[in-house]
Amino acid sequence: MNNKDSMFARAMPILFGALFLIGLVAPFAVYPTFLMKVLCFGLFACAFNLLLGFAGLLSFGHAAFLGSAGYVCGMLVRDLGLTPELGILGGTLAAAALGWVFGVLAIRRTGIYFAMITLALSQMVYFIVLQWKATGGEDGLQGVPRGHLFGVIDLSNNIAMYYLVFAVFCIGFFIIYRAINSPFGQILKAIRENEPRAVSLGYDVAKFKLLAFVLSAALAGTAGATKTLVFQLASLTDVHWHMSGEVVLMTLLGGLGTVLGPLVGAATIVSLQTELADSVGSWVTVIMGVIFVICVLLFRRGIVGELQALIQRAGIR
Amino acid sequence: MEIFGVPSALLGSQLLVGLINGSFYAILSLGLAIIFGLLNIINFSHGAQYMMGAFVAWIALNKLGINYWVALLFAPLVIGALGVVIERTMLRKLYKLDHLYGLLLTFGLALIFEGIFRDQYGISGQSYPVPELLQGGVNLGFMFLPIYRGWVVVAALTVCFATWFIIEKTKLGAYLRAGTENPQMVQALGINVPLLITFTYGFGVALAAFAGVLAAPVYQVSPLMGSNLIIVVFAVVVIGGMGSIMGSILTGIGLGLIEGLTRVFYPEASAVVVFVIMVIVLLVRPAGLFGKA
Repeated sequence: MNNKDSMFARAMPILFGALFLIGLVAPFAVYPTFLMKVLCFGLFACAFNLLLGFAGLLSFGHAAFLGSAGYVCGMLVRDLGLTPELGILGGTLAAAALGWVFGVLAIRRTGIYFAMITLALSQMVYFIVLQWKATGGEDGLQGVPRGHLFGVIDLSNNIAMYYLVFAVFCIGFFIIYRAINSPFGQILKAIRENEPRAVSLGYDVAKFKLLAFVLSAALAGTAGATKTLVFQLASLTDVHWHMSGEVVLMTLLGGLGTVLGPLVGAATIVSLQTELADSVGSWVTVIMGVIFVICVLLFRRGIVGELQALIQRAGIR
Repeated sequence: MEIFGVPSALLGSQLLVGLINGSFYAILSLGLAIIFGLLNIINFSHGAQYMMGAFVAWIALNKLGINYWVALLFAPLVIGALGVVIERTMLRKLYKLDHLYGLLLTFGLALIFEGIFRDQYGISGQSYPVPELLQGGVNLGFMFLPIYRGWVVVAALTVCFATWFIIEKTKLGAYLRAGTENPQMVQALGINVPLLITFTYGFGVALAAFAGVLAAPVYQVSPLMGSNLIIVVFAVVVIGGMGSIMGSILTGIGLGLIEGLTRVFYPEASAVVVFVIMVIVLLVRPAGLFGKA
């Protein structure tokens, strides 16, 4: 076991380095808007995975963080004329605050109730966004300007925008990676595996869960705020419960509790949606549902999880 | 006649709508509670199965000429049978895993069902006529009562209490309760627990379909009618706790009434009032009103 762990540990920096280089040159080979969408959803799914994959908490309300951060960022940039980096920061902070509220309420219950509470709370956020005038109701916030980064760099250029999104993703990913490989992450895993034992060891389990929840919500917010800048739009679909389900699917498909799984899952789902949107129309929902069912029944380790298992088996031989 | 400055007819009709919604909350949360008790699964597709119940009734009327009264029996049977197939082929494989996989599987199924019906019928609703026998209404003096709406409340409550009776007072119900407490022991006593589980899921789902048929003439029959409802029902379940059948019924009806009152006095909040109550309950009594901790 130790051998294999160290093998992974040695391979990781090389893999990350390679991915980083690919990320740097990618916009010259692939349509940047598509890449930006993948990175935004990738960060969203990574943030979600921090909670489900490492702390074992299934939130069915993560759309609330993605969406509300998007709206806050949109209002700050469009209506108050702030610069994009302040918009992202504002969105992140708003999502963190909302995450704190959700977290305080939801961690009072465990398991299935936790999922239902987060879903119900996010539905409440959905109705508030729908009815509040400042959010534009059913139209959403349209015409959000991308603006100038730090007041200098013009982001209306897609390549410049891409590098901002890439940088945001890398920072977010690094924070998550550090968190799961820190003592904090170890305690989260302990809570996931055996909560009563973690309690008996003297850990304040509620505090750690809440911290994980707030961190996850904040980074989901970062993704949402960035996404608003990319598409110059904050819409109701981002707060809808379908979005909460989608991020679960991305994480599950990519590999629950793996470091890179959520990014792979997000890339797969976003590509599928882009490809399918033209050809099958409203069947997209059905196909997402089918993937969900297949993942749960036959493919619970996800793409990255299966790959890791394959490599391990090869290593043993 | 006015009560708190509100015309009694308005108050009465909104309370009636609240009572109807409350009856639906009660039937659906009851089904969720029964399924959760034995399967340890939260049935996310419950809303979709409610929607399909309404659609089966609609299709039966328009394509096969099957009337409302037959549909009231026919639709739950069809959807219940579908539930049996789902349990036998899919849910059964998940019992040894974390509860969450059951939630995710049924979520996927809900997406599939909703997507298929949306593709076939679009998102605009189909109307289902009120059966002839129940058309018209009576003037109660302080309000006008459409007969069909009265019937919905009576029928829904009858089914709720019949379910309560079966579970609390009959031998079958005793098996069910015992299976909830300790399935291995019940199996050891010679009762076919897997069959009991299949039956339970089928029954819970059939309840949802029954509610769907009742709802068809009141609301528009639309592919999305279930998904918005089911999230409110989740909040109802969190508020009431799933430990008690009577608790589910009372919580459902109570919340429906509160929602109706909110629609009279502060309409803007009517969509979120159930969620607000959920928040308050979580702060004051985290285990739920009827929960056992």
